[in-house]
Amino acid sequence: MAEAIIRTENLSYVYSEGTPYEHRAVDGVSIEIEKGSFVGLIGHTGSGKSSLIQHLNGLLKPTSGKVFIGGEDLWANPKDIRRFRFKVGLVFQYPEHQLFEETVRKDIAFGPRNMGLSDEEIEARVLEAAKHTGLTEDYLEKSPFELSGGEKRRVAIAGVLAMKPEVLILDEPTAGLDPKGREFILSEIKDYHDKTGATIILVSHSMEDVARFASHVLIMNHAKAAMYGKTREVFSHVEELCEMGLEVPQISRVFAKLREKGYEVPESVLTVDEAKKAVLKLLGKGGEADA
Amino acid sequence: MLKDITFGQYFPGDSIIHRLDPRMKLILIIVYIVLLFVADGLFSLLIGAAMGIAFYALSKLPWKLVIKCIKPIMPIIIFTAVLNIFFVEGDPIFEWKFISVSGKGVLTAVLMCIRIICLIAGSSLLTYTTTPIALTDGLERLMKPLQKIKVPVHELSMMMTIALRFIPTLIDETQKIMAAQKARGADMESGNIIEKAKALIPILIPLFVSAFRRADELALAMECRCYHGGEGRTRMKQLKLTAKDFGAAIFVAGGFAAVILMNMFGPEVFRL
Repeated sequence: MAEAIIRTENLSYVYSEGTPYEHRAVDGVSIEIEKGSFVGLIGHTGSGKSSLIQHLNGLLKPTSGKVFIGGEDLWANPKDIRRFRFKVGLVFQYPEHQLFEETVRKDIAFGPRNMGLSDEEIEARVLEAAKHTGLTEDYLEKSPFELSGGEKRRVAIAGVLAMKPEVLILDEPTAGLDPKGREFILSEIKDYHDKTGATIILVSHSMEDVARFASHVLIMNHAKAAMYGKTREVFSHVEELCEMGLEVPQISRVFAKLREKGYEVPESVLTVDEAKKAVLKLLGKGGEADA
Repeated sequence: MLKDITFGQYFPGDSIIHRLDPRMKLILIIVYIVLLFVADGLFSLLIGAAMGIAFYALSKLPWKLVIKCIKPIMPIIIFTAVLNIFFVEGDPIFEWKFISVSGKGVLTAVLMCIRIICLIAGSSLLTYTTTPIALTDGLERLMKPLQKIKVPVHELSMMMTIALRFIPTLIDETQKIMAAQKARGADMESGNIIEKAKALIPILIPLFVSAFRRADELALAMECRCYHGGEGRTRMKQLKLTAKDFGAAIFVAGGFAAVILMNMFGPEVFRL
């Protein structure tokens, strides 16, 4: 097994301890995430996903338990916590709401500037991040407030990418976008993953997206880490997932039903492409499946 | 930091104080405050303090809430106490160079402290036990007579309702934006005053933008539901005075009478 970039030990977090609003958001989560993996994080609203990811860059301090990033204890020295924020980039839900600068260029540069980099390095990183997110040069001088929703989001994501984080966490980066915008954002995340080898954690409600991109899946349920494993393994637990009220990709469900009916199809089918191959194979045309 | 703001923070519960009519609570709090200032001696003021303690006991709120609401005004209390101790003239009981402390000064300081603490704790109890919506509802009803002199009572209370309603939302929003900027390495803890003020810009600008966006959306949503001001508007929840409201009124009136009697016939010590 490769080196674990993120490790949590019995991580728990309780909101407003000792008031009627007390709420256990994360409950004894122990996971290890391998360097370079692409993790899909799934769970209901309120299952503790957002709280969990805020522990990974030290925005929340665990009530109990520990977080290790690259083998280092995150809270060993609380004064040093900012260092980890640059290592673990976190893109919040609706990140476009955090834009504030006069120009797109300045806004993307906010993170690198906080890192204390030189002006040349900042400029280089801004251009690189803009390229990653498909923002051309003429965008850089515009005000972020005159852009469309999808463009704003790309600027906000670029602002995090410009810090070149080793771990990139995105909280529902495609929420509220049209199909074209979704596709664009997802492929640019994939692109960043492939080019830099960074570890990605993608919080999503779309099983299809997770099935397509993620190598691993982490399921959160009632503040606990209910399942963690390879995407294929996790999505083969159709029944358990349905019991938690979660879905599996539609195509996996179809194939689970087919298996129930006695057809010899593979246990876990994640994408339409795989489904096509499986069906052709079943029909005895396996050789042509790739055509 | 932000979560420590208790003003306007409702603390859910189901005590008799929670269930009182907001109008009655408002009136009684005003009467209580007047009572605190009518009391002119230690003994009559202690009756007032005892009433405050009784209210808190009845509300079944955790006692640490009292401390929580007193804490922010601690500097004012200390300042008042020090001023009174040193600057109220009277027979000195302690003298050192130009400093002189009179018995009257100490007494005034003690009375002022009790008064301020009761005042703040009492009005905080109102917001702890009344939802903001019920509170503005009560206010609107109480101010209704002012409509005769063209005071836009309904509009004022609607504005207040909306403002109160959005305080938690905006605090939430602020925390989200702070978290997002911190995730980009924003440093809000260190630096001198100017650097700290500068560090607020990345928070304030998105906050204003979102507040205006929300205001726009809210106005649109209200118009979509045919909101056109207070004229002819009826209420789903009618406020009604019940036996417990009159009971509370009698209790406060009794306390008031006790304070006046204590002022008139009580022992002549510890008076101003």
